[in-house]
Amino acid sequence: MTQATLQRRPLVKEILAGADDTLLVIAGLGSSNWDITNAGDRPLNMPLWGAMGAPVGMGLGLALAQPGKRVLVITGDGDMLMSLGSLATVAAQSPDNLAVCVLDNEKFGETGNQATHTSPRNNGPTDSGAGTDLAMIARGCGIADCGTVTGKEDVRQLVTDLRTKKGPIFRLVKVMVEKLDFVMPPQDGAHLKDRFRQALLGNP
Amino acid sequence: MNDWRDDIFEVFQDHDIRQVYHVPDAGHSRLIESCQKSNSIRTLALTTEEEGIAIAAGAWLGGQRSALLMQSSGVGNTINMVGLTKTLRFPFLTLITMRGDYGEFNSWQYPMGQATPKVLEAMGMMLYSVDKAEDVKATVDAAARSAFHGGQSVAVLLRQKLIGIKTFGKK
Repeated sequence: MTQATLQRRPLVKEILAGADDTLLVIAGLGSSNWDITNAGDRPLNMPLWGAMGAPVGMGLGLALAQPGKRVLVITGDGDMLMSLGSLATVAAQSPDNLAVCVLDNEKFGETGNQATHTSPRNNGPTDSGAGTDLAMIARGCGIADCGTVTGKEDVRQLVTDLRTKKGPIFRLVKVMVEKLDFVMPPQDGAHLKDRFRQALLGNP
Repeated sequence: MNDWRDDIFEVFQDHDIRQVYHVPDAGHSRLIESCQKSNSIRTLALTTEEEGIAIAAGAWLGGQRSALLMQSSGVGNTINMVGLTKTLRFPFLTLITMRGDYGEFNSWQYPMGQATPKVLEAMGMMLYSVDKAEDVKATVDAAARSAFHGGQSVAVLLRQKLIGIKTFGKK
């Protein structure tokens, strides 16, 4: 097992660079929320502070409602593990404007970096997982376009795929375990929803 | 008089509901088929009822109204996610066919069926209940108004007395 080398903050910044009003972004609770906010808080970001397991479903409902916009879901391995079935539901609908990017650091970051199931097997008494491969699960759920990114050399293509490639696409990105500052967006859910709808639809 | 399931479909159209989520359910099957055949409604089969709440939130973010169809046995799967309707304060409508309710023969249906109104109320959801076919249309219409005009999180309990008692083939 090789150590991950990609850092999530500059990666997410690159993924979201130049985001305009055609890009709708949903981020899962915890690190992914802080990551997209670090890249620049904007009304068309929907950063979750809870609702673990919701981002992929939320992205699906949004993608179906807004077929002319690009919908990008960015979340972590712990969140994705909690809603694996939603990948099958995405595959059944096959929205061509939906991209899912899972930043996999193999840890539950918000609770003290305990191993998730994506951690390797036989990794010691406290850090062992199952070696779960989320990209393979997404593929098995019926999402035809799935891939894993581990190195810097593939980041350019990753960004292009997430922003423009015909969906649904699923990308697993192996990222480092890091201690990072919290970069927080507004917390009130009704406010986040209203500002999103105001920016997208012109009324809350 | 219309079949009450067709009445619900009419209400869905009157309220411009554009996405309908379901886990296969005998009580809702006729309505689900009407939605599947409709050109204006996108019908999504879920792997678990919980997904329906998150998808409904996304649909609302994108400007579309939706409804979640489920059985009372699926309600327990949704409870944590129901919190999202309060946190985001978005209009949410679910229609629940009750089991473990009126003359249920299957003991396995009772725990969740009997707990359904209580746990939904505990999550702050507003409940409507209907057990007569002639009341279905007005009740679902009122629920849809509470949701989409009043901004509430609303469930309609379609009681077992209305749906009929499952008999496993014996009429």
